[in-house]
Amino acid sequence: MSALVVVQDLVKTFGAGLTETPVLRGLNLTLQTGEVSALLGPSGSGKSTLLTILGTLMQPTSGAHQMLGCDLVRASDSARTAFRNQHIGFVFQFHNLLPDFTALENVIFPAAIRAGRETAVAQARGKDLLARMGLQDRIHFPTAHLSGGQKQRVAVARALMNRPELVLADEPTGNLDRASAGQVMELIAQINQDEGTTFLISTHDEKIAALCARQLVVVDGQVQG
Amino acid sequence: MLYALKIAGRYLTASKAQTGLLVLGVAVGVFIFIFMSALIGGLAELILSRTVGDIAHVSIQAEPEDPALLLAGSPLLVQQKSSTTAANLPTAANFIALIESLPGVRAVSPQISGAGFVTHGAQVAQVSINGLMAGRESAIANLDGYVVEGTARLGAGSILIGKRLAEDLNLLLGQSVRLSSTKGIETALTVTGIYQMGAGGPDRRTAYVSLGTARTLFAMPQGLTRVEIKLTDLYAADAMAPQITALTGLTAKSWTVDGAQFLEALSAQAKTGVFLKSFALITIVIGVASALLLSTYRRRPEIGIMRAMGASERFVVLVFVLQGALIGLMGGLLGAALGYAALLPFPAGGQFRTGSLPIDIKQGSYGLAIGLTLLGAILASIWPARSAAKVDPVTAIGQ
Repeated sequence: MSALVVVQDLVKTFGAGLTETPVLRGLNLTLQTGEVSALLGPSGSGKSTLLTILGTLMQPTSGAHQMLGCDLVRASDSARTAFRNQHIGFVFQFHNLLPDFTALENVIFPAAIRAGRETAVAQARGKDLLARMGLQDRIHFPTAHLSGGQKQRVAVARALMNRPELVLADEPTGNLDRASAGQVMELIAQINQDEGTTFLISTHDEKIAALCARQLVVVDGQVQG
Repeated sequence: MLYALKIAGRYLTASKAQTGLLVLGVAVGVFIFIFMSALIGGLAELILSRTVGDIAHVSIQAEPEDPALLLAGSPLLVQQKSSTTAANLPTAANFIALIESLPGVRAVSPQISGAGFVTHGAQVAQVSINGLMAGRESAIANLDGYVVEGTARLGAGSILIGKRLAEDLNLLLGQSVRLSSTKGIETALTVTGIYQMGAGGPDRRTAYVSLGTARTLFAMPQGLTRVEIKLTDLYAADAMAPQITALTGLTAKSWTVDGAQFLEALSAQAKTGVFLKSFALITIVIGVASALLLSTYRRRPEIGIMRAMGASERFVVLVFVLQGALIGLMGGLLGAALGYAALLPFPAGGQFRTGSLPIDIKQGSYGLAIGLTLLGAILASIWPARSAAKVDPVTAIGQ
């Protein structure tokens, strides 16, 4: 396995002066290609902040962040946006689907904004992903008509659309019942096996974390494990 | 572009009632724009047709001659100038065909004019005699349109008089009158037509005869006293007059020389129209901008999701600008259709009915209204679109 993500001495501080709040304090982390890792830690420990920085949605205050050999700290905003589209997938706790679009339209969204249109190739990939999520009969359903578990599976499919090397999942099962959570984790394991995608899953649930090959714990703005 | 258009369209169809109201608001603005264009354009046309429409746009008249000396060698003793006989243009008739061939010239009317008296029985009235060429009676003033009895055609022995004059002299169509000029020449004529322009002066004091009759009355076997020219574009008169002068060597004068105040009034009216139409456009722009601003605020979480999925700021801007463009286009088309439908009952081509609004359906500026609305809507959407593109995805997704 090779290093996919390398983070060194990562610092993130919010506010300034009296309201200055350090969240990440010289954090170091390396994610290997193809591994599934759980990110644990109490609320406010900096898990979400770390995921946001790894997803290039936020810039660190200082430190180094590299992925696939790219220096993402020095990259421009438009370069980071393009990088995010091509190499990183997101799964949020509250699915965050586009409500006025169907399941398939949501899934192929990352590919469509890259190509400028919904290509036949993207549609085929989207349908395939939804079938793998067990949603082949919900392809053209508006997302408002789907259950919570179905929505989260659509969100997983969307995260995988552009065949990203890294999928960041922030509490992906936090809002699901035990059965749906199990389904989502099975799907993640399956995709990891089939496509070699690297997953970093933030969770409070030790049972979910136990399903991951590696457990990372964020304590006082640093990673242990 | 294509995908951004799809998203923009989906956002508009997702909230049909809101979009419908917005499009209707834009359409009302466009309707007002079109209605004002047709009204102001029609009003200008009405004023022009009722005033400048019946006068020559360019006229050629001989320069007044110096008064004759009464005592040879003494310029202090001269003959009083005649105010009733115009000077002669001996060569003007040679240039009629040349002037007619000039681009932009609609009609040319060679005339012999002067003062005279109409006598019917014991009643006498002073008139201005206009000798017109047969077949060109309506070249300048639309005599055919003003005739209320008989015909405007002028032949040897016929006279066309105004309704007021006919009433003053108790004259009926077909009756005979005696017409004498200031040269002391008199001839008997038959009233073949009575006209009514609606203006007291011409209806009471102008009599039209054939050019041949006028030659006899004013003892002018050759030449003309005046050449009147009508142009297809009356505003081209200032450029055309010097052109005719250069070609003929005769002094040609534009109607604007004596109509500067009227021209100023027309210009002020046009400016008023521009202001009113601008206000309609500003209303459209404010309406679209505020609605889109509200939409971007409501869709902040979705914008955050798009940005997280790798949508560029440019893509987000495009989605909202296209929304504005679609609203502008739909509102523009609907407003133009409503405007056209509302103007349909009014007569086309400046045929205004007395007492009704002087609206000209052809001057609705439909294309301009749609084009400006589309442009205005696009401009109005830029600010909300840029504001949407600046949404921080982390904050927006957390909302």
